[in-house]
Amino acid sequence: MKIFIPTPLRPFAGGQDTVEVTAATVADALAALTAAHADLRKHLFTPEGKLRAFVNLYLNDEDVRYLPEKEATPVTEKDTLTIIPSIAGGRA
Amino acid sequence: MAIGIDTAALPELTTNELARYSRHLILPEVGTEGQRRLKAARVLCVGTGGLGAPLSFYLAAAGIGTLGLVDFDVVDESNLQRQIIHSTADVGRKKIDSAADKLLALNPALNLIKHETMLTSANALDILKDYDIVADGTDNFPTRYLVNDACVLLGKPNAYGSIFRFEGQASVFATEQGPCYRCLYPEPPPPGLVPSCAEGGVLGILPGLVGVIQATEVIKLILGKGESLAGRLLLVDSLNMRFRELKLRKNPDCPVCGPNRTITKLIDYQQFCGLTPEPAQPAAEKNGIPQITVKELKQRIDDGENLQIIDVREPFEYDIANIGAKLIPQNDVPNRLAEIDRDREVIVHCKAGGRSQKIAELLKQAGYAQVVNVAGGILAWADQIDPTMKKY
Repeated sequence: MKIFIPTPLRPFAGGQDTVEVTAATVADALAALTAAHADLRKHLFTPEGKLRAFVNLYLNDEDVRYLPEKEATPVTEKDTLTIIPSIAGGRA
Repeated sequence: MAIGIDTAALPELTTNELARYSRHLILPEVGTEGQRRLKAARVLCVGTGGLGAPLSFYLAAAGIGTLGLVDFDVVDESNLQRQIIHSTADVGRKKIDSAADKLLALNPALNLIKHETMLTSANALDILKDYDIVADGTDNFPTRYLVNDACVLLGKPNAYGSIFRFEGQASVFATEQGPCYRCLYPEPPPPGLVPSCAEGGVLGILPGLVGVIQATEVIKLILGKGESLAGRLLLVDSLNMRFRELKLRKNPDCPVCGPNRTITKLIDYQQFCGLTPEPAQPAAEKNGIPQITVKELKQRIDDGENLQIIDVREPFEYDIANIGAKLIPQNDVPNRLAEIDRDREVIVHCKAGGRSQKIAELLKQAGYAQVVNVAGGILAWADQIDPTMKKY
């Protein structure tokens, strides 16, 4: 499945804007992502392994934290994960 | 969905306005009533820069009755790559004056109100209370949270837009039924993680695209037509020209707009975002890393010391201006530690001192015993040591 990497995090994913992983659940997909790109881990997760609060994760167009099974939600090849960090640029 | 405008008390349109807005009047979605709603509306534009420029221009063009502008900044040449409301002749002028001139030239009937101030917890509620809608065109996290919280507390919708490099986000927050900014981002990122436009760069057209989306949302809210972006996050990828939409939900545990809200007044947003105010004297040490001023560095170079200076900027920046340091771009540092001598003092610099501070901390954690950060970076060098040096 495809994982869309947002601009601020691309330097930590080898400059790629999408990464392909094979996974059975959302959590597996994230584990596969950070296994392939270790630098991403600290930007996405706290030291305790929780997703950081300024990072949102979407399975297709739904926020993962509102899905009944959250990160345990099963995924298929056709699903996509999108990582959305907060950005603030506007004036300067 | 429409904001609460008293339809019984809508102002009449003058003959001039009937002519000016004829293309609006012809549209079933606008008509005379819609145009009168626009005339009655009071919109606050926070920021007259990248987003604020197209935003305020189109609102003035659309016939918004009262437009408030908040800005305390001055026009800089580097703004003109994207802040199209300002011109070359305005460099050095206050942005709020420059913007006001152009908006009134476009629409002299506009009731334009200038708020030449930084928006803070002390003044935000007072400034926002007289407007119906707020359009957020600011460039930093503390102000975004401030605007959001103030909008929720006052019940004013917030047409949100933000940009980074060539990606943008847009939505409408703080409507009665919809989510607020904190529903999406309960916490800000740690300072320094997401660079500003000055550090990360921005495609000039991008705020134009996103700012007009914000203006569109403001107008739709006033007219009460179409489907607003409330409850949706529009993602704009201008490089690949792809638009995506994600669902936004109201967070039932949101501290500011949820049923069990804990935030009932504005807080210290600088502190919330982990930013301590700049001390009057430059700090001698930051997060355990000693700071060196450019004057001190210059003195040591002149004294003939054999210094290990590392420049962590990008190659194109080095090409513009450099002080002859060894270039190792910040993202390459972890893989090129072998090139940095552990047994000697390491002096790290970048453009303004932010990136080099982060790398200095990284080196310290990697076991380097003597690491020093150049406060103010190459910009300070250009200001204080070598005025012939190119600034960017």
